[in-house]
This record gives sequence, C-alpha cells and structure tokens, in this order.
Amino acid sequence: MVRIGAFLVGLFFAGWLFVSFLVGAYSYVTEPPAKTVEQAFHLPPKHVAFSFDGPFGKYDKQQLQRGFQVFKEVCSACHSLKFVAFRDLEALGYNEAEVKAIAKQWAIKTPSVDPATGEASTREPVPADYFPKPFANNVAAAAANNNAIPPDLSLMTKARHHGTAYVYSLITGYQNQPAALLKQFPDAKTPEGLHYNPYFANLNLAMAPPLTADGQVTYGDGTKPTVDQMAQDVAAFLTWTAEPKLENRRKAGLATLLFLLIATGLAYMSYQNIWADKKKAA
Amino acid sequence: MSFPWAEHYAPKHPLMQWVDEKLPLPRLVYNAIGAGYPVPRNLNYFWNFGVLAGVALVIQIVTGVIMAMHYGANDLVAFSTVEQTMRDVNAGWLMRYAHANGASFFFIVVYLHIFRGLFFGSYKAPREMVWLLGLVIFLLMMATAFMGYVLPWGQMSYWGAKVITGLFGAIPVVGEPIQTWLLGGFAPGNASLNRFFSLHFLLPFVIAGVIILHIWALHIPGSSNPTGVEVQGPQDTVPFHPYYTAKDGFGLGVFLICFATMLFFAPNFLGHPDNYIEANPLSTPAHIVPEWYFWPFYAILRAFTVDFFFVPAKLLGVLAMFASILLLFFLPWLDTSPVRSGHYRPVFKKFFIILLIDVAILGYCGGAPAEEPYVMISQIAAAYYFAHFLIVLPLISRFEKPLPLPGSITESVLAKYGKADGEIAAVPAE
Repeated sequence: MVRIGAFLVGLFFAGWLFVSFLVGAYSYVTEPPAKTVEQAFHLPPKHVAFSFDGPFGKYDKQQLQRGFQVFKEVCSACHSLKFVAFRDLEALGYNEAEVKAIAKQWAIKTPSVDPATGEASTREPVPADYFPKPFANNVAAAAANNNAIPPDLSLMTKARHHGTAYVYSLITGYQNQPAALLKQFPDAKTPEGLHYNPYFANLNLAMAPPLTADGQVTYGDGTKPTVDQMAQDVAAFLTWTAEPKLENRRKAGLATLLFLLIATGLAYMSYQNIWADKKKAA
Repeated sequence: MSFPWAEHYAPKHPLMQWVDEKLPLPRLVYNAIGAGYPVPRNLNYFWNFGVLAGVALVIQIVTGVIMAMHYGANDLVAFSTVEQTMRDVNAGWLMRYAHANGASFFFIVVYLHIFRGLFFGSYKAPREMVWLLGLVIFLLMMATAFMGYVLPWGQMSYWGAKVITGLFGAIPVVGEPIQTWLLGGFAPGNASLNRFFSLHFLLPFVIAGVIILHIWALHIPGSSNPTGVEVQGPQDTVPFHPYYTAKDGFGLGVFLICFATMLFFAPNFLGHPDNYIEANPLSTPAHIVPEWYFWPFYAILRAFTVDFFFVPAKLLGVLAMFASILLLFFLPWLDTSPVRSGHYRPVFKKFFIILLIDVAILGYCGGAPAEEPYVMISQIAAAYYFAHFLIVLPLISRFEKPLPLPGSITESVLAKYGKADGEIAAVPAE
C-alpha cells in the first residue's frame, strides 16, 4: 500500500513538473525572455586593491583618516553613520583629545533637551555620542533630496556584494548614458533629477556625483586628493565602519587555526596509536 | 540494551561507587558513549558526522545564549542591538559570526549525516526509529534556523518571514487566517519577532531532547556500519571509548579547522548582503532568497508554475516542498532491498550519485533568481527528486541483483588491512 501510494504521488509530482517544464520551455522558445536594460548595462564593481585585502591585510590608518575626512566634508552632509560613535575614531589613530575636538566641532549637533525648559534642543556632541543624523527624520531627508532617502553608511560595504569595490565604483562610475543604451532601450532615458551610473543596481540614482573635482578635500598628510584617491579612501573608511573588528578577527583567527592544526595533528596521532592493533590482520 | 560482551561499569573509587548507587548517571554515560558501548570496528569517516552535529548544536546553544543576553526582541531595536553586539560587546563579533556560521556548519554536517544514512541504508530495519527521529530533528532544525534568521531584522529577515509564512497563505480557505495567526498581524512585525525569538530560544532544547531519543533508539540495535552486515560477535566490535572517541576527536579537529577558517576569514560569505540593511516593509529586495541550506527546497517550491485544474501552482509548490521532506519518513518502507550498504547495490549506487547531483542542481537553482533557464532546470531536477524516492527506489529494490556481502564485519576489515593473499579466506566468519 505504501509503495502504491508513493508511486502515485511520485507520478503526480514528477508528471506535473514535467508538464510545467514543457509549458515553460514552449514559451521560452516561442517568446524568448528579452534582456532588461539592467541586465544589459549593469556592471560588476571595478577591481581595486586595498591594504586590508587578503587574510593578512590590515587597515591603513592614514587612509582611514583621509577617508574619514572625505566622509566629514562630503558625505556627512546627507548620509548618517548611526552605528559609529565618535569614541570609535580612536581606532583610526586619533588620540582622546583629538576625538573630543572632532566631536565638539562636528557640524551637526546632537538632539537634546533644554535642561531649563524641557524643550527639544541640541548640544555639541561628545565622544560617547553616535554620529548625529543630518536629517531629523525620513520625511525631512526625502524632502531635501529629490524624494530619495540617503541610506545610512555604517554598514554599506557589507550590505552590497563586494561592498568596498562597490562604493569605490559607484563614486567614480558616473557617466553619460551610452548611446547604445538609448538605441536599444529608447524608454530607458535617465529621468530628470536622476544620474546615470552603471554600477548602481537600477542604473539611475538620485545621488549627484559627490566627488567632482581633484582637490575637493585638502589632505593633511600630503596625499594628492584626486577623485580616484578620495573615492578609494572613503571606500576604505566605510569598510572600517562596517567591520571595525576586522583586524582583531583575523589575528584571533590565525591563533585559533594554529592551535587547531597542532591539536588536530595530536588527535590524529592518538587516533592512529589507539587503533594500531585493530588495523592489521589479527 | 547492548551486546552481551559489552564492558561493565565498575567504578573503583569509593566516591564514584557512592554516586553510582544514588544516581547512576556516570553509568549511563559509560554505556552510552563510553567503553560500555560496543561499536562496529569498521566505521568510516562518514560516521563522524553524528557527533559533529551534536557539537554544532552545543556551539549554537552556547553562542546563542550569550547573544540573547545582548539582544532586544523588538522591531525598533533588534537590528541595532545586533550591531551593538558586533561592535561594543567583548568578543560580540565572535559570538555573532560563530552563531551565524555555526548554523551553516550545523546544516553541512547534518546533510552529510543524512546522505550517509541514505547511502548506507541506515534507515532500514531495525533502525527505522533512529531515522524517523533524525528527520524530526531535521524539521526542528529548519524551523529554528528560519526563525533565527528573522531575529536580526534585516531586509532578508523581514521578507523571508513574509514569504515563508505566506506559504501557509496558499492553503485554501483557512490559509490567510492561519498566516495572520502565525505572524500575530497582517505582516511581519513586533509580535512576529517576539514569538520567533521565544521559539528560537526554546526549540534547540527540544532538539536536544529529541537527540537523546535518537541516541536511545540507536543504542537498541547498535550502530550500523559501511558493510551493512550485522554484528555477529565480539570480534566485530570495539568499545566506543577509546576507539571512537579518539577517531571523533580527530574528526572534530578537522571540522573546527573548516569552521574557524570560515568564521574568521570569510564570515559573511554564506550570508546575504541585504541582511545588513534594516528591515523596511516598504522596499522589497530584488531577489528574496533564503539561506543556502534551504535552497533545494526553495527550488522545489518555485518549480511549480502551472495550475493543476482548480489547484493553484503556488499551493502545489507548497505541498511539494513539504512532501519533499515528508516522503523521507516513508523511506524505510519504500526501499525494500534487504541489503543495506550502497557498496553492494550496483544499480542503487548509480542512482544515488544522480540524486546527489540532482540535489546540488536544485540547490543552485534555489539560490538563483526566479528566471529562465533556472526555473526549467529546477523543474526537471525536482521531477527527478520525487521520481527517485517514490518510483525509482522501490523499483530498484525489487529488481536489483546485489553483489555478494562479506561474511562478517571482521572479514571485510581483514580484507582491507590483512595480507593480500589467501590468508583472508582462511579467517573464519566465526
């Protein structure tokens, strides 16, 4: 009985799947699915090398400081960084006093309550504070940005495939819409107020090119602030904001693996030793 | 129960004798996983994965309990408390990554454990109950993993919860009320998150309980072995300790090396980037995919694209997805061949390899976007999956002519390690 029932159920599922396949294959052959404009023109992130690539890579603190400067002077006008606190910046090589000064001088103030009246007000951030958000809420953010809400950047490099390269590619990837695209997809013209960028998932994004000219930021360490350099630096900085414990993780990983290799070697030898008399003819 | 030649627990120290009189727990352990449990001497490395699955559960419980100390099961703070755990809790990143990757490794070892059982016929009499309880554990694991994935309240968490509970919505008439009841609302929200957290904390302990039953049921007939020939005498077995504790120790080391490599050097490789975006009910991700270990089942779900008269394709997909696991419960009665091990079943072996490839294809298609040609490929692969278990396997077991089995476990071991001349044949089967 079990086997007859199973046979019928199996016949039904397999048979109907085969019918579904035939229906799908028929429409696939008669009306082959057309490529969408995204499938045709979206590009994977560019290849770009960083100091923290590979299992032994480490952050370049100078680069992170430069990237932080780009974030401060360019990105932070619209983007929040809500999971990062000023105190975290010590990991970039700033000392306590410098972090205090960075917090104090931050252009956006921390929301607070007036101690005398109890009314909403603002105060200067302190190191313990998270980076204050540039907009009070999503409605304000959308109203100021052509109806698009600038995403929080804390985790951006982990929230996209190949995130570090993605951020770099997106910032440096703005271009005019290719003529071939408009020829092939006449309806896909970039709408007014959006910007064509083949590294963005749907090709048109609301953010205007943030880095437009060399020297937009003046670096203190003498590095030449080309657009490419600034894009790399801010991509590195955002990799740190998303994965601040990367170096601890890799260091702990190497120690763990070393221990495990030795322990497993010993375990193997004890296994062989214990089994020695069982693995030969009696 | 055990074999009559099993070693007996005889504590020498007066304290242990005193304990044994009052509460024979050490005796229980001794008989379960100590020297008191005789095990076939010919187990290969595929027999390591049961122990490894147990270790994986312990890793999940330890890291999970610590994570729960820092987690806020509320849709307003869930995402940020997980981030704070990663950033501001001592070794919080280690707990989080170990828990996330630990789930994947739990499934890796459990899948290997299941395929071991499939190939070596471990589900056959007298071990049907071991197999059935194992499947119960597997179902509980799937439920636990699904609910755990919702807890970080990222985009995939939210939309995964929506899609999976939506499966119940496909049931006619009562489907939508059931979905609303499961979620505690019309869409995933705080009520869903709270109950998922509660159940995600509870179920691992239920799993631990069923594991005890699984091992109990295993100890009635004793472990199976790669030849599928039953134990005939003391020469066929070795005590679990020290023989298999030593072997499992080595296996555990290899497992931990793989686990640590992933955990410390590619902790996000198996995850989806979208889950680092906070849940947003107003923005649907381009492709909603579950975690990799659900991909084969997800492919079966999506393979049904044509309505069967009045039965909508979606409902068929849901039924097929549940059926794809439930059919395994009938396996001991579908495969009637008296030969257990695939090594002695030439036809079965070929189809088993096809099944492995088939499941890999289903997995690949389940992770791919729901576009052609992936849907067509998964339709063929899913059709084979059902045909394999429900049609092919019963037929093979009926018509296949198995190869001659070795006379005993010892005989097969000596054939492997003994001198390669006529001496082997001279060893009596005893």
